[in-house]
Amino acid sequence: MNIFSKLYYRYKKAWKVIRLYLIIAGPGIIVMVADNDAGGITTYTATGAKFGFHLIWFLILLGPVAYYVQEMTVRLGAVTKRGHAEAIFHAFGSFWGWFSLLDLVLTDWLTMITEFIGMTAALSIFGVPRIVTVLISCTVMAIMVLQGRFWTWEKVALVFCGLNLIYIPAAFMVNPPVDAILHGSFVPQLPPGGFTNELFFFLMANIGTTIAPWMIFFQQSAVVDKGMQEKDMAWGKVDTAFGAVLTVVVAAGCIVLTATLLSGQDINDAATAAAHFMGINKYVGTFLAIGLFDAGFLGAICISLASSWAFGEVFGWAHSLNNNLREAPWFYAYYFFTLLLAGTVVMIPGAPLVLITLFVQVIAVTLLPAALVFLILLLNDEKTMGKYKNTRFQNIANVSIVAMIIVVSTLYGISALFPNMLQ
Amino acid sequence: MIRRLVKSTRDTVRDINEKYAVPQIPMTRRVRFALGLLRGYLVLLVGLIAYKFVITALHR
Repeated sequence: MNIFSKLYYRYKKAWKVIRLYLIIAGPGIIVMVADNDAGGITTYTATGAKFGFHLIWFLILLGPVAYYVQEMTVRLGAVTKRGHAEAIFHAFGSFWGWFSLLDLVLTDWLTMITEFIGMTAALSIFGVPRIVTVLISCTVMAIMVLQGRFWTWEKVALVFCGLNLIYIPAAFMVNPPVDAILHGSFVPQLPPGGFTNELFFFLMANIGTTIAPWMIFFQQSAVVDKGMQEKDMAWGKVDTAFGAVLTVVVAAGCIVLTATLLSGQDINDAATAAAHFMGINKYVGTFLAIGLFDAGFLGAICISLASSWAFGEVFGWAHSLNNNLREAPWFYAYYFFTLLLAGTVVMIPGAPLVLITLFVQVIAVTLLPAALVFLILLLNDEKTMGKYKNTRFQNIANVSIVAMIIVVSTLYGISALFPNMLQ
Repeated sequence: MIRRLVKSTRDTVRDINEKYAVPQIPMTRRVRFALGLLRGYLVLLVGLIAYKFVITALHR
């Protein structure tokens, strides 16, 4: 065989692998990129403005944390063919099942409101009224789910994930100091001023945005709806790992943006940062606003589905995106109900939006530890998982990560309840 | 119509409770310990939220 034949053979083989990956790719990338939702983008922009490039290394460390947790949902979904809500009901009985389901519904609904807050704030920079933003977003989300195929929904969602990468070119457009970025990325360091209460709060906020309860429920249900089998698990893990890399890169892009142009300023939300950027460089401001809208949109489409899937699994409704409206009326009814309810709250004049954002942090910490503990216990149950149960190394890694997330997210939630605690 | 909807929801919830009445995971010592810890954690957290609620209400 000559060298050209060999090269052609390798090219065909590599292309086959890429095509196979493109078929399997979806839930992992979507959940990870959607993790950078409106709340996440706000946290990153505030972190960059406050601490410059000094905490990029910390975000890089959070990539594997997110991967290890989400990878477990891929295995659990592919082996049991059950979503997380149904798996909890089945394994731990109705008490823990109802607790998880109702807590998920409340957390998701409140988080959805924060996504709509992000979307409306982002488009208000371009003068788009709130009602128009809500109506357009809900219409696009409706079209995405009503076309009747999971595959199509997933690929459209992946396009929105691609749009989330807009922060990367935006970061390059502000001519950031490359040496400071590399130093901040690969040399663990504390910002000038050392370990302060404020820094601790920001670290907690960044960890808090890394893993949210809806992510666990969403990815497991998506794996089931996609029909992933045990043989697809390796690709599912690659998909999740790739998504984890993307989420870190986007988060770093946000930090670079605000660290370069708004260093030392108190930025409370991403929309304010975008408005500041409009005055400095209108293209960067536009990119940030589009990114914020996209982040809120991605969060909203995933979160609303996470709840609808969970309800469908437990109540025994048809609950697949492969079903049309006639085949799964309750599933879609619930989906639209949550969307419209969240969108309506944002439009109410004088609605306590700040209080709602605060509540999300508090309510989420009542669900996250439970969902994570159930995940670990299920992954250690030989009867459920067979040969795919956690290995000793996975247990050490996962239990440490879960314990760390529980402690930090609890402290974060409590500090949201009692803001003076850290002063 | 509402009465029928409430009745059908109640029946569905009862069916779900019956279906999942018995936890399927083997209740080993580790599982019992984890669930016990979770219960304690949740009681503590709900207590803190309730405390905050009462404090806020009193200050108003």
